[in-house]
Amino acid sequence: MTAPTPRAILEYGLSSGNVGLVQLLGLCPLLAVSNNAVNALGLGLATVLALTATNTAVAGIRRLTRRDVRIPAFILVIAAVVTSIELAMRAWLPALHAVLGLFIPLIVTNCALMGRAEAFASRHDPARAALDGFATGLGFLWVLLALGAVRELVGEGSLFAGAGHLLGLPGLELAAAGYPGFVPAVLPIGAFLALAGLVALRQGWRLRRTGATS
Amino acid sequence: MNEGLRESLRAGAQLALAGLAAAALLAGTWALTRERIADAEQRAKLQALEIVLPANRYDNDPIADAVQVRAPAWLGSESATVSRARLAGQPSALVLDVVAPDGYAGPIRLLVAVAADGSVLGVRVTAHQETPGLGDDIEAGRSDWITRFTGRALGDPPAPRWRVQRDGGDFPQFAGATLTPRAVVAAVRRTLQFVARHGEAVRAAEPGATLSFDDAPVADDAP
Repeated sequence: MTAPTPRAILEYGLSSGNVGLVQLLGLCPLLAVSNNAVNALGLGLATVLALTATNTAVAGIRRLTRRDVRIPAFILVIAAVVTSIELAMRAWLPALHAVLGLFIPLIVTNCALMGRAEAFASRHDPARAALDGFATGLGFLWVLLALGAVRELVGEGSLFAGAGHLLGLPGLELAAAGYPGFVPAVLPIGAFLALAGLVALRQGWRLRRTGATS
Repeated sequence: MNEGLRESLRAGAQLALAGLAAAALLAGTWALTRERIADAEQRAKLQALEIVLPANRYDNDPIADAVQVRAPAWLGSESATVSRARLAGQPSALVLDVVAPDGYAGPIRLLVAVAADGSVLGVRVTAHQETPGLGDDIEAGRSDWITRFTGRALGDPPAPRWRVQRDGGDFPQFAGATLTPRAVVAAVRRTLQFVARHGEAVRAAEPGATLSFDDAPVADDAP
């Protein structure tokens, strides 16, 4: 098996193998936490960190673990890494942790982590695995952030509201005064519709690029 | 030792090692973050308290001077934390962490500060899952509805009007959401009734004590 180039790894994670748009993995956090841009950014960054760390760790122990116990070993590693990230978040970003709450420990169950650990990290060296985790996480982050931004803009007429309080980045906050709001966008139905729109857009772009006509 | 057994033992040893490594990582992170997490939680509690409890009302540490109260019929949860504010040694207010169990989408957590004279110093919603855009006007950041309780007491308005307007009371509901404000009004009212009935016992208890009250509010104004 030839090792993929860094460029191919990045392209796969961000676009052609995007977990959110193409593989449709990790939909639970994707749909639930994309109700505004700040939550999306927070969970997205935590996921990037978790995926990079778990992929690196899994690649590091890939020669030490036998095929038949690799899955439980990976689960242990992933659970420990994600719990560490959660503890760090509680210590340094308590307000954001209070908002994201349950979804941080649930990163453990994001199929993207186990999927990349098994499909990529267990077969490649730690450097490539780290890059793959980073690229996959970034792919998840941009879809999450795009959904969050669209839903917050349409639903509340603001962007990154609460960034100052939750992330310590008040410079990000934007708000349109007098916008009446469109509640369905921040409800679950808005999540499904926005994701469907995004998947359709990507599909249209791909078809046009490959020259397919139908 | 046969081959199969040796293989199983080796697999088990590997898993045990992975478990050990995971445990070491967690222990390390925990040791690094433990103090900051305790600090952050303490700060968050204090911030929440400061919103409902005016600073000139106390000079003690109400969080350290707290008791646990088991009075589910009054306060809505199995165990509620009641922080006791004192000014110059005299009880000045109680801050109760109560639950309105009958919200539209599940329980609504409230922080209610009640002055020694039985009037409300402040109410804030600390957690809820009410419908965005309809029921979430109970949040202080979305509307000033929750501040309507400030200064009110049992008897102000009179008992039959401690309800939402829809039920003949004084507190407005929201367009499209009556259940949410109804639950909050009832919870605040029960809290005031609890303080009127059991406030003395709560103020007198040792810090850290657990008190149980099995009685329930009387439906004095059933329609």
